[in-house]
Amino acid sequence: MRETELLVIGGGPAGLSAALEAASNGCEVVVVDSDLALGGQLIKQTHKFFGSESERAGTRGFEIADILLNELEEMKGRVSVFTNTTAESYYRDTGIVGCMTNEDDYWCIKPRKIVNATGASEKILPFHNNDLPGVYGAGAIQTLMNVYGVVPGKRVLMVGAGNIGLVVSYQLLQAGVDVAAIVEFMPNISGYWVHAAKVRRLGVPVLLKHTIIEALGENKVEGAWIQAVDENNQLTGEPQKIECDTICMAVGLAPTVDLLWQAGCEMLYVPELCGYVAKRDTQMRTSHPDIWAAGDAHGIEEASAAMVEGRIAGLGVAHALDHIDRMKFGEKLGIYWKRLDNLRAGSTGEKIRCGVGKCTCKCWEVD
Amino acid sequence: MTNEEKLYNSGVLTEKRPGAILPPRELWEKKKNGLVIIECPQEIPCNPCYSSCPTGAILPFEKIIHTPKIDYSKCIGCALCVASCPGLACFVVDLTYGSEEEALMKLPYELLPVPEKGEEVDCLSRIGEIVAKGKVVEVTEPRKDRTKVVHVVVPRELVDDIRAIRVVK
Repeated sequence: MRETELLVIGGGPAGLSAALEAASNGCEVVVVDSDLALGGQLIKQTHKFFGSESERAGTRGFEIADILLNELEEMKGRVSVFTNTTAESYYRDTGIVGCMTNEDDYWCIKPRKIVNATGASEKILPFHNNDLPGVYGAGAIQTLMNVYGVVPGKRVLMVGAGNIGLVVSYQLLQAGVDVAAIVEFMPNISGYWVHAAKVRRLGVPVLLKHTIIEALGENKVEGAWIQAVDENNQLTGEPQKIECDTICMAVGLAPTVDLLWQAGCEMLYVPELCGYVAKRDTQMRTSHPDIWAAGDAHGIEEASAAMVEGRIAGLGVAHALDHIDRMKFGEKLGIYWKRLDNLRAGSTGEKIRCGVGKCTCKCWEVD
Repeated sequence: MTNEEKLYNSGVLTEKRPGAILPPRELWEKKKNGLVIIECPQEIPCNPCYSSCPTGAILPFEKIIHTPKIDYSKCIGCALCVASCPGLACFVVDLTYGSEEEALMKLPYELLPVPEKGEEVDCLSRIGEIVAKGKVVEVTEPRKDRTKVVHVVVPRELVDDIRAIRVVK
């Protein structure tokens, strides 16, 4: 059976950062990713990232993926990558992880440590006819457009004005697709104000306190009914018909934590982090002494934060495996936490700070 | 929710506020090449405007989530921040350009088609309404990263309304 010092599950921003940090400190690393190529959601992000220079602000997401993959290439002596490979089981008695490659090749690996960087899955919204062809999640639209170069339709109704809804609306406009409107249940956009300003000035209406109630059409989307909601979140006023051939749901994400449940990690429901997440210490280690997590799997946040969390988890593993001494570990941990705290400062980071506070402890920190 | 709140809460600036102010008029009127207007009123973790500024006009961020502060005396209207800002929230306005009725705006542009020099384009307001026609005099790509900066001549009295252009074809 294959053995390794560190198994990183998921090769997105968090997983790649964890692999890089661990490998650069001397760990032997295996990365598995269910997708055909590494990079996670980064490869679909055509907009420039926020943050500071250390998080590569001002660089487009897919280019950040290229940078991380180049760095990984430089460490290929210590890093093995398996794409199209899903880590689907964790055996508590042996610590073995079962993996499936190409949907037909099942193999096992026994890692000494694991970083679970499995990202998130999209939430969906219940409304009449939401199973019609033409109703998409925002991730699917990004994959179609930005990975395969295919537009999803001619005119889109966007549901949700978080960063994903706003960014995907902008990407649709860039691809020459009309955005009929963005409807948002809340009384304000939850994404960055500047992302909203970008689509507003190109003429896209943002309808606050509105929701979709029905998709129209027999065999495919041919329109949608939307309606306003009042202060008690009840439907109010006359429904309004939107002409569109595509409906995009961007109504949030939930952390992907199945393996953490399987491994018996102590889990908490933290609304601010958008679902169940593992309780963790300040180096991102879960209650299981051999399992760390990072990125959206540890709570929904921006990719810039996911990359820092990945660095912290990789550092923690390197320290646990005695690849770096305690002093250097503490020093680097401090630097990474300062970066993370900076990203989470201010009013936009309030929710994250609150959520992280609920599930972070120092109790199982060991030296 | 008032109409103003509805607009602001959906990404439309309705009044000047910290992080979204105009340059001092007197300096602005005579500053060749123009001065920057930044419309970034929300505290978000971001500072490429500062790190891209070659003259130190955009002041160092004490905390990365602070909204940008500008020393207009140092701004040379180079528009590097226009090309760098991930939120496309920087715009340069040169009031010394052209006739008394004209001004030059340097606007970020990431759409297709790219306008050509000499082309007439629609000038859009913060809610995407066509408020004027403008003439493109230059299109640059300062960072060679596909964010263009379009230099467009616009009616001077609309420099606080125009925030985007659309190519008419």
